[in-house]
Amino acid sequence: MQFESTVTQIQADNIDTDQIIPARFLKTISKVGLGDQLFFDWRYDADGSPKPDFILNTDKAKASKVLFAGDNFGCGSSREHAPWALTQYGFQAVISTSFADIFKQNSLKNRLLPLVVSRDVHQQLRNALTANPDLTVSVNVETQIFTWSGGPAVDFAIDGFAKHCLLAGVDEIGYVQQHEAQIAAYEAQRIGTLNTLAS
Amino acid sequence: MPSNPRTIIQKVWDNHIVAEREGAPALLFIDLHLVHEVTSPQAFSGLRQRGVKVRRPDLTFATVDHSTPTTPRNLPILDPIAATQVAQMETNAQEFGIPYFGFQNRDQGIVHVIGPENGLTQPGMTVVCGDSHTATHGAFGALAFGIGTSEVEMVLATQCLLQKKSKSYEVRVDGTLKNGVTAKDIILALCAKIGIGGGTGCVFEFTGSAIRALSMEERMTVCNMSIEAGARAGLIAPDEKTYEYLNGRRFAPKGEKWDEAVAYWKTLPTDEGATYDHSIAIDADTLEPMITFGTNPGMGMAINGAVPDPADIADPLERESLRKALVYMALEAGKPLAGQKIDVVFIGSCTNSRISDLRAAAGVLKGRKVNSGVRVMVVPGSQEIKRQAEAEGLHEVFRAAGAEWREAGCSMCIAMNGDQLSPGQYSVSTSNRNFEGRQGKGGRTFLASPLTAAASAVMGVVTDVRTLA
Repeated sequence: MQFESTVTQIQADNIDTDQIIPARFLKTISKVGLGDQLFFDWRYDADGSPKPDFILNTDKAKASKVLFAGDNFGCGSSREHAPWALTQYGFQAVISTSFADIFKQNSLKNRLLPLVVSRDVHQQLRNALTANPDLTVSVNVETQIFTWSGGPAVDFAIDGFAKHCLLAGVDEIGYVQQHEAQIAAYEAQRIGTLNTLAS
Repeated sequence: MPSNPRTIIQKVWDNHIVAEREGAPALLFIDLHLVHEVTSPQAFSGLRQRGVKVRRPDLTFATVDHSTPTTPRNLPILDPIAATQVAQMETNAQEFGIPYFGFQNRDQGIVHVIGPENGLTQPGMTVVCGDSHTATHGAFGALAFGIGTSEVEMVLATQCLLQKKSKSYEVRVDGTLKNGVTAKDIILALCAKIGIGGGTGCVFEFTGSAIRALSMEERMTVCNMSIEAGARAGLIAPDEKTYEYLNGRRFAPKGEKWDEAVAYWKTLPTDEGATYDHSIAIDADTLEPMITFGTNPGMGMAINGAVPDPADIADPLERESLRKALVYMALEAGKPLAGQKIDVVFIGSCTNSRISDLRAAAGVLKGRKVNSGVRVMVVPGSQEIKRQAEAEGLHEVFRAAGAEWREAGCSMCIAMNGDQLSPGQYSVSTSNRNFEGRQGKGGRTFLASPLTAAASAVMGVVTDVRTLA
């Protein structure tokens, strides 16, 4: 899994999942068609027309695979609609100094890479983008290296199992189902104190 | 002292390991899976595609709350998209054999309210739900956390979850709360102190004399907002109050099984000498009623404080966050928040919609009138709480004061069910999130306790309950 892309910046800390996709779009029973609702309340006017100055409405962003944001990205609600909307818009990675726990899990399950960088690297990339807004970054999950033209080669961390799942396209539910014998053994010895079917 | 002292967090974790191997997350067994209409439909579709059944319907329970209107139950759901979603939950529950409190069920309610209320939530359990406020159930000494829809599907299919162990974080609260200071103020104070990302990667254990002194409902309020300080879960070791609350509830163990369960639950509290990865101490004596001024739950302060000034913040990113938040909130730095005019008061949500919350609000509103410029919504957390409040006459107090008394649901906490702020409106809300647009596009939320909310309803402005004549 490797790709090159221009960078779409939304530089705010603590971008919560209510901003990524407002709750009123969660009434759907489908997981598709959410790309247009990404950052809806920042992206459209009261009458629903796209704000021309909001970054996601530019052609450059629409062709970009990398979102670059502030600290603690994806905090708040557990809605998986957030990574669904981000990937359906076209993003394959989000770069930040940290991610909220549930968002990070949800992202990895949808082949959206939560790429954590240090504060220093975050600042370097911001500076580089100020100098050249059109610069491209390259991300390589195999080698766990991310870089940009004229920038350093930055090692990024990714959990070994998550990396394996991303690269091999592992179906995690299928993987868990392979543990049937262990699950059954656990169930046989556990002391259950609940039966929701009895009342 | 045991040779290997463990925290309750570690004990619950250890007790649920199904499989563990180097280089992979642990396979954790789930004792209770709560399901609601918003984060589950895609998971059930996944099961159908796989041709898989729900492995343990006997450990699963469903209800509808998020997109569910809080208007009288004899009225249809007017929003066709929400109606479809609620109907889909019903279809899924029936098709997969999952017990279900539906829209018309007399026991329907907010998922995090009905779990404890019916004795589904028990000490030492692993509890998950496709909702970040699942931490609520930690009040019983359960390891309870929110999951995404892919994980909902995994738990439905296998009753297990792939998990990496979180770090442990002790939040010790000693001392005595002053009059007018509540459980909500403890957790808002924690959020303000460590920030919205302060507990990321961690599970909180709340300890200390002030936590022990809280009722079970108050403990639920504290644990509920663990996620608002970044922690996926927050728990409190069970004690006599926990057992007393649970005993006799619908799904709690009975007879001999009860005695066995209590004996097990008594092994759960953190051993003497166990250590935590992080810790913080909060002095309950110094806490004031808290209120948020910004656009995340960490942006909070004592109610008699002044809105902070971005100019006083050294870090440029933090300064910019605060500046933006104050622009959105249309608040002036340096000014007190008390006295700020409000349009709406919302009393409800999985944080503060239980009977004790309603009694607290009714205690303030009794014999008083809601300010004429303010809409006040009181939304019980479950239909059972609604009945109990009505038996106590609380609904008469609310109505006489000029407040709306509604049916159970998430209501204006999440604004996807018809209950919402209009652009620019200010609300004092007992819910858990003040993110931009959380309570309706352009709406501005001040998070506070039921006491503060009720006092503000009377005065029409943000009000410290202790100043009411």
